[in-house]
Amino acid sequence: MTPRRARGAGLGPDRTDEFLIGVLALQGGFEAHAGALEELGARTRIVRVPADLEHLDGLVIPGGESTTMTLGIERERLAEPLREFVRSGRPTLGTCAGLIMLDRGHLGVLDVSVRRNAFGRQVGSFEADLDFEGEPLHAVFIRAPWVEEHGEEVEVLAEVDGHPVAVRQDNVLAVAFHPELTGERRLHHWLLDYAGVAA
Amino acid sequence: METGTFRVKAGLAEMLKGGVIMDVVTADQAKVAEDAGAAAVMALERVPADIRADGGVARMSDPTKIVEIQEAVSIPVMAKARIGHFVEAQVLEALEVDYIDESEVLTPADEAHHIDKWQFKVPFVCGATNLGEALRRIAEGAAMIRSKGEAGTGNVVEAVRHIRLITGEIRRLGSLGEMELPAAAKELQAPLELVRDIAGKGRLPVVLFCAGGIATPADAALMMQLGAEGNFVGSGIFKSSDPARRARAIVEATTHFDDPERVAAASRELGDAMPGIEIGSLEANGGLLQKRGW
Repeated sequence: MTPRRARGAGLGPDRTDEFLIGVLALQGGFEAHAGALEELGARTRIVRVPADLEHLDGLVIPGGESTTMTLGIERERLAEPLREFVRSGRPTLGTCAGLIMLDRGHLGVLDVSVRRNAFGRQVGSFEADLDFEGEPLHAVFIRAPWVEEHGEEVEVLAEVDGHPVAVRQDNVLAVAFHPELTGERRLHHWLLDYAGVAA
Repeated sequence: METGTFRVKAGLAEMLKGGVIMDVVTADQAKVAEDAGAAAVMALERVPADIRADGGVARMSDPTKIVEIQEAVSIPVMAKARIGHFVEAQVLEALEVDYIDESEVLTPADEAHHIDKWQFKVPFVCGATNLGEALRRIAEGAAMIRSKGEAGTGNVVEAVRHIRLITGEIRRLGSLGEMELPAAAKELQAPLELVRDIAGKGRLPVVLFCAGGIATPADAALMMQLGAEGNFVGSGIFKSSDPARRARAIVEATTHFDDPERVAAASRELGDAMPGIEIGSLEANGGLLQKRGW
C-alpha cells in the first residue's frame, strides 16, 4: 500500500495529532472507527452534514446499512461534497457499506462494481484469515459485499474465494470487512500515513 | 472460515447503530420501512398495539410472511420468537432471518427458562428492564440488548425508566472497587466476569438499543440522548396517520438526536401520532408486557 512511510519515520503520536479525520456518521459502525483513529493519535470529527467536511485531512466511510446510508446522503445533500472531498486527493477509507458508497453505482469515485450481501444473509457472516498484500490479516465479514468487477486503475489487495474484498485506487482504500471491530490498525495507519503525504 | 462467532453476531448490531429498526407485519410495510431509511425490519404477526387490543396467544410470525418480507427488502430482517420457545428460534434460523428477538411482546412459552442462545448461529436481541436482566441475557448468549419499555402503548415513560436504570447501574459499577464487585454481581444476579468487564469499560459488551413506546421523532432523540445507541419502533409507525413520513422523520431524529433544530424540522407536518395509553390503566387491564421474562 504505497505511498507509505517506514513505520515510525516521522509519524509518531506527535505528528498524527495534527491530523483531523472525519468519520461519516449517518448510521452504522462509526464509533469504532473514531476509536481506532484516536488510539493512533489522530483527532476525529463526526460528519453528518456538508459543513463537517471542511478542513479534514482524511475520511472514513464506515459499515452500516447501505440503503439507510444512501438515503441519508441524499437527505443531507452530501453526495457532491463527498465526491469533491475524494477528488481533492485526500485519503478515504471505506469499509463494508463504505465500499458500496464509493462504487460506480453510488458516489462513483472508485472504479468498481460491488455486489451487496454477496456472501448471503447473517448466517453466512464469517471470520477469515486473509492474505493481505502478502501479509496475514484476520478479518470479520458481516453480510458483506465483494467487488464484482473493477477498472485497470484498481489494485486488488486481498481476495476471498477469488472475489476481491480489498481494493485501492490512488487515495481510496476500500474493504468488504471490518478492521475497526478486530483491533486491526494497518488500514487506519495507511489513512494517517497518506494524510501525512498529502499534507 | 468461521461462521456464527460471537464477534460476527455482535458485529451486526454494531452496524445497526444510530439506526431505526421498524416493526412490520407485511412485505408492503417492510418496503415502506426500507424506503424511509430503516436499518432493519422486525417481522411479527401483529404490531404490539394490536396484540394488546386482540388478546389471545401471540406467536412467531407465519413463515410465509417472513419469506415475503425477506424477498421484498435487502436490509436485515429480524423476527420475534416467544421467550423460551427454542423451536420457534430453530425455525427462524432455518428461514435465515438475520436476528432473532426473544421477545416479551409475544406470549412466553417457558415460565422458567430463556432460550440457550449459544446454540444458534443467528444472533439474538433480548429485552431488559435493568442491568441485571441485561447481563443474564448476555450470559445466555444475547448479542444485542434493548430496553423493554412498554410495547404498544405509544408511551415512552417505561423505556425512559429502563434506559435510565441500565445506564445508571453501569455508572454505579464504575464507581465500585474490585472488592465490592462480587457483592454487586450477586445483587444483579449476573456473572462476576461480566460485571467486572462493565465496571472497567463503563459500557455493555454489546450494543444497547431502546424499544417500547417510541411514537415521535422527539421520543427517538430523547432515547438517544439518554444513552441508547439506536431505536426499535413498533406500533409507533404503522399505527400513525402517515407511516412513511413518520418513519423518515424518526430516522432523521435518531441520526441528528443532538441537534434540536433538526429534530424540530423532522417533527413538522407528520399527521397524528398513534393514540397513547397511560401505563397506570394497563395494570388492571391485562397487565404489563415488560414483566414477562426475568
